[in-house]
Amino acid sequence: MEFAELIKTPRADNVILHRPFYLAVEGTLCLTGHHLIFSSRRQDNAEELWLLHSNIDSIEKRFVGSLGTIIIKCKDLRIIQLDIPGMEECLNIASSIEALSTLDSVTLMYPFFYRPMFEIVEDGWRSFLPDEEFELLSSVTDEWRLSCINKEFSVCPSYPPVVIVPKSIDDEALRKVAMFRHGSRFPVLSYYHKKNGMVMMRSSQPLTGTNGRRCKEDEKLINATLRPGKRGYIIDTRSLNVAQQARAKGGGFEQEAHYPQWRRIHKCIERFNILQESLIKLVEACNDQSHNMDRWLSKLEASNWLTHIKEILTAACLAAQCIDREGASVLVHGTEGTDSTLQVTSLAQIILDPRCRTIRGFESLVVREWLQAGHPFQQRCAQSAYSNSKQKWEAPVFLLFLDCVWQILRQFPCSFEFNEQFLIMLFEHAYASQFGTFLGNNENERSKLKLPQKTMSLWSWVNRSEELSKFQNPLFEANSLVIWPSVAPQSLQLWEGVFLRWNRPSKFLDEAHEEMISIIKYNKELQAKVNALRRQLAEMETDDRMQENL
Amino acid sequence: VENVRLLDRLSSRKVALGTLYLTATHVIFVENGSETRKETWVLHSQISSIEKQATTATGCPLLIRCKNFQVIQLVIPQERDCHDVYISLIRLARPVKYEELYCFSFNPKLDKEEREQGWKLVDLNEEYNRMGIPNNYWQISDVNRDYGVCDSYPTEVYVPKSATAHIIVGSSKFRSRRRFPALSYYCKDNNASICRSSQPLSGFSARCLEDEQMLQAIRKANPGSDFIYVVDTRPKLNAMANRAAGKGYENEDNYSNIKFQFIGIENIHVMRNSLQKMLEVCELKSPSMSDFLWGLENSGWLKHIKAIMDAGIFIAKAVAEEGVSVLVHCSDGWDRTAQVCSVASLLLDPYYRTMKGFMVLIEKDWVSFGHKFNHRYGNLDGDPKEISPVIDQFIECVWQLMEQFPCAFEFNERFLIHIQHHIYSCQFGNFLCNSQKERRELKIQERTYSLWDHLWKNRADYLNPLYRSDHSQTQGTLHPQMAPCNFLYKFWSGMYNRFEKGLHPRQSVTDYLMAVKEETQQLEEELEVLGERLANLQKSQLNGNKFKSRQQDRSKQSGLSTSNSLANTPQEYSNDLKSFPSRSPSQGDEEDSALILTQDNLKSSDPDLSANSDQESGVEDLSCRSSSGGGCLPSEDSGKDSDEAVFL
Repeated sequence: MEFAELIKTPRADNVILHRPFYLAVEGTLCLTGHHLIFSSRRQDNAEELWLLHSNIDSIEKRFVGSLGTIIIKCKDLRIIQLDIPGMEECLNIASSIEALSTLDSVTLMYPFFYRPMFEIVEDGWRSFLPDEEFELLSSVTDEWRLSCINKEFSVCPSYPPVVIVPKSIDDEALRKVAMFRHGSRFPVLSYYHKKNGMVMMRSSQPLTGTNGRRCKEDEKLINATLRPGKRGYIIDTRSLNVAQQARAKGGGFEQEAHYPQWRRIHKCIERFNILQESLIKLVEACNDQSHNMDRWLSKLEASNWLTHIKEILTAACLAAQCIDREGASVLVHGTEGTDSTLQVTSLAQIILDPRCRTIRGFESLVVREWLQAGHPFQQRCAQSAYSNSKQKWEAPVFLLFLDCVWQILRQFPCSFEFNEQFLIMLFEHAYASQFGTFLGNNENERSKLKLPQKTMSLWSWVNRSEELSKFQNPLFEANSLVIWPSVAPQSLQLWEGVFLRWNRPSKFLDEAHEEMISIIKYNKELQAKVNALRRQLAEMETDDRMQENL
Repeated sequence: VENVRLLDRLSSRKVALGTLYLTATHVIFVENGSETRKETWVLHSQISSIEKQATTATGCPLLIRCKNFQVIQLVIPQERDCHDVYISLIRLARPVKYEELYCFSFNPKLDKEEREQGWKLVDLNEEYNRMGIPNNYWQISDVNRDYGVCDSYPTEVYVPKSATAHIIVGSSKFRSRRRFPALSYYCKDNNASICRSSQPLSGFSARCLEDEQMLQAIRKANPGSDFIYVVDTRPKLNAMANRAAGKGYENEDNYSNIKFQFIGIENIHVMRNSLQKMLEVCELKSPSMSDFLWGLENSGWLKHIKAIMDAGIFIAKAVAEEGVSVLVHCSDGWDRTAQVCSVASLLLDPYYRTMKGFMVLIEKDWVSFGHKFNHRYGNLDGDPKEISPVIDQFIECVWQLMEQFPCAFEFNERFLIHIQHHIYSCQFGNFLCNSQKERRELKIQERTYSLWDHLWKNRADYLNPLYRSDHSQTQGTLHPQMAPCNFLYKFWSGMYNRFEKGLHPRQSVTDYLMAVKEETQQLEEELEVLGERLANLQKSQLNGNKFKSRQQDRSKQSGLSTSNSLANTPQEYSNDLKSFPSRSPSQGDEEDSALILTQDNLKSSDPDLSANSDQESGVEDLSCRSSSGGGCLPSEDSGKDSDEAVFL
C-alpha cells in the first residue's frame, strides 16, 4: 500500500491553528505518510508543529459555510483545532488523517520508516539483556539459574526466551508448571532483595478450576524460594470474590491445603475497561471549562482514577513490606499476570531498590517488568482518553504505573535520579513513538517483527547526554534506603504534568524549575572553584616548603 | 497523672505510655522509658474542644482538638482522674480575662529596649509613606484621635484630602459601627486606591449627603478615572436581607459615578461550618479516596477559598489594569473586607510578598482596622458563634498563590503555618483583643512581646529559596488564572493535617534548596578567603617571605568545608517541618519505636498463621487485615524509614 493513496490533499494553505494559551497562528498544513505538519509562514517567528498520526486518538470535523474545522484529540491528551478553508480540502484532510491514524498493520507504523538524525552511541536494543541482570544476581546468590526453556517461545508465548527460576527446579518441571498456570506464565523471579535474601516472584493464576486441581511441581517451585521454616505471602491482585469466580472458568487461586507455607492476601486492583473508562472520565473532567468548584471535585471523584492509584500503591507497599519488614518471600499474580501483577512488582521494586530510582535502573525495570514480562503494550495503548472504540483490551495500565511512580517521586523529591519529564516522555512513547520499543505485545511478537533490526530503540535516543540532561532531577542525592510512600488520600494528588498539561499555563512552574536548577548549578560551580583554589594553594604551599627546605 | 496512653490517630497500634502534666499554660505529655523522653506540649489557648468519651476496659478516653489542627487522643486509666483533667482543661482552655493569657507570662529573655525595638519593626505610618502618602490627594486625618468617631478603627486614618472632618463624621453616622470609608491601599503609579468601610445604613431608601460626598472624594482622589467600583463582598441575598434592618448597600442612583458589584463570599457562620466539615474529613480514619474527595467537596471549603480569591483578583484587576479605585465593604467591614483587601494588595504589590511586607499587610488590613481577633479565634471564653476561620482563609489564599507562583514570595509555607499557629497561641501580644483601642488600654506593647520580631529574628527558617528579588515573578502584579482554574485550588494538607507527618512528602524541596543555598553562601565566603590567601601567597612568594602559621590556617579551612559537604546529604532534610515552639523537638526514639513496631508486627502475624485451620475464613480474616491495615501500614511504616534516614 502506498501512503500517497490515502493522501488526497497533501497540502492546504491559510490554515489557522488554535491551541489553548497560544494565539491562533496562520500557516500551511502538510500531510505525509506519518506526520501532520503545520508551519506558520511568518518569516520572523516561524513555528512548526509536527504531529505523528499515530498520536491522534480521535478527530472531529465541523463546517461553517465553506470553512471547515477539524478538532484533533491526541493520545498525549492535547487538543488542537485547525480551521481549513475549502470544504473539499477539509474533508480530504480529515479522511486522510483518520485513515493514517488507524493503520492496522504494525509494519506500516512510523518506527519502520524512521531514520535517526543522531549518532548512535549505544544500541538500546542491547542495553538491558537478561544475561547481565542474571550476572548481577549471581554475584550475590547461587540459588537461581537462567533457564532457556522458552527459547523459541514454545512454552510460554508471552514470556521472554530466558527467565530466572530456582536452581532446584529443572526445565521438565517448569513445563509441567506452565501447564498449570494461565497462559503458561509459570512463576519466575521478579526481584531479589539483597538486604535479606527474600524474593518476589510473579506468575499468572493457577488453573485449579472448580475441582481444586493441584500441581506438585508448582508447589515445589514456589516452595523452593522459601528459607527453611519460613513462610511466604501470595498477593493476589483480585478480590477473593473475583478469584473464586475465576475457578468456574478454569482459573483460581492457591489452596491453603496445598500451599501450607503460604499466606494469601487479596487486593483488589481494577482491570481493562474499568480503567479505560476511568481515564476517559478523568480527562473529561480536566478539560471541563466550567467554573464550578464543586463539579470539579465530584468529577475527579467520580472518575475513580485516584482510587485506582491508591489501590495499586497500597498493594505494592504491602508486597514491599512483606519482603523488607516481615522478611518473607512473595508471589504476586492476578489473572493473566500481565497487568496489575506487573504494576505491583515494579512499584515494589521502586520502593525497595535504590537502583530502580536511577535513570538507567528505571529503564531496566521497564524493560524487565513490562516489555520482557509481556505487558501487551500494543493492545493496551492502542487508544487513549478520547477513543470511542471501547475495546476490552485497551487500558491505561502503564500510565497508572507511571502515575504511581510520580506519586512516590512527589513524596521523595530527592531520591530519584530522573524527573517528572522522564515519566511523561515514557507515557508519550508508549502511546505513539518513532521508536520500536513499545511496539508489539511481547518479546515473541517483537522478534517476529524483527524490531531490533528494523527499528530504533527508544533507549538509544534517551541515553545520550543531550537528551539525558532534560530528564535529570537536579535534587537527586542517592538514597540507599527503602522509601515508604504514604497512600492516604491527603497524600495523593492529580498528576498535573500529564492531565492538566495542556489546560494550564505552566510558565510560572517552569520558571521555578529553572530557578531550582540554577541554584544547584551555581552551588556546584562554586564547589568546583573552591576545590581548584584549595588545590592550587596546597601546591603553592608545598612548593614554598620545598623552596624553604632547599 | 501517670500511666496515660497517647494514641496515634493514624494507627491504633502505635501507642505511647507516659505521664500527663497540667501546668498553668500547657498540657504536657511525657513519654516513659526511652532515653530521649519524647514530649508533647500543647498550649491551653490552642485547645478548641475537649471531649470525654465512654469509658472502656482500658480506661477513660479524652479527645483534645486544637486550633492548629492537632488532635490528641489520650486514655487515662482512672475515670476520676480523667474527669479532673477534663474539668481543669475546660477551665484552663477558656480564660475569662486577658491577663490569664500566655503572652502575659511568656518571657523570651529580652530586655525592655529589645522589646520596644521589636514592636517598632512594623510601622504603619512608614508603610503609608512607602505607598507615597500623604500626597496631593490623600492625607492623614486625626478625626478619630480618641476613637471618638469609630472605636474599632485606628487613631490614624488616611482619607481623601477633600474629605473634611464634617464629611467623615457624617459618613460615619451612615455606616454600620461607624466604619467610614478609609484608605487601605494606594497605587502610586496610577493613583487608583482600595478603600474599605462597612455597609451603609441605607435601608430601603435612606440617603446621606456626606456619605455620597465621601465616595465622590475618593473618586476625585483618582483624577484619571471617572468612576469608582463599590464592591459588596456579600452574596446579594444577604445584602438585601440587611436592608430590612435599616442597613444594606449603595444605590447606584444616589451615588454619582459608582459601579456597584456583588461578590458572593459567605458569612462567618457558613465558613465556620465549612471548616468543621472539612476537619471531620481530615480526621477520618483511613478514608477511601472517595470518602475524602466527597467530604472535601461537601465541606465547600475550596469553593469559599476560590470566592475570596476571585474577589481579590477582581479588585486587583480594577486597580492595576483599569486604574479605577475601589471601595470594598461587607456588613461590618472587618472580616470579608479584610480578606479581600489583603488578597488584592498582595496581588498588586510585590512588597507584600516579602516577609516584612507580609507582616505589614497583616498589621494594616487586619490588626489596625479592628479585625476581631479575640472573638474570631476564641482567645477568651466567649460566644462560640463569633468564632470563624477568617484569617485562616486569607492565609490559605496566600498558600494557594504560592503554589501557583513558586518564585513570587520571599517566605515559605512554614512562615504561614507559624503565623496561623500564633494567631491562636496568644504567646505574643500582636493579635490580642478586638481593636487597637482595647490593645492600647491593656498596654499590650508594654506588657507583651511582638511576634513579628520573633519571626524576623528567625527569618532564615522562613525563606523561600526560589525567591529572587530580581526575578520576573517578584515584579509587579500577579495575574492568577481566573478560568478554568478550579483544579488550581488544592487541599492544604501541610496545614490541616499538619501533625500527621506521615501524610506529607518525606523530603522537602524547600529545605533541601535552603541548605544548598546556605552552603553556597559559605562557599562564596570561602572562595573569597582562599582568593585573598592565594593573592597573599603569590605576593609573599615574590617577596620570598613565608609564614608557617599558614599551614594551620589551611587545615582549619578544610575542616569547615568538610562539614559543609556533609550538610549536603538529603537525609538531614527529610524532616519537612522544623520542630515547633510548642512541640517537643525530641524525636530521637523514633528509631526504637520503629523496631518495636516491627517486632509487634511479627508477633501479631505469627499467631494468625498458626491459627489458620479454618481455611476460607482464615483467608477472609487476612484480607480484612490487609485491606484495612494495608492502607495505613505502609504510610506509617514510611515514617520509620525516613526517620532512619535521619539517624543512619
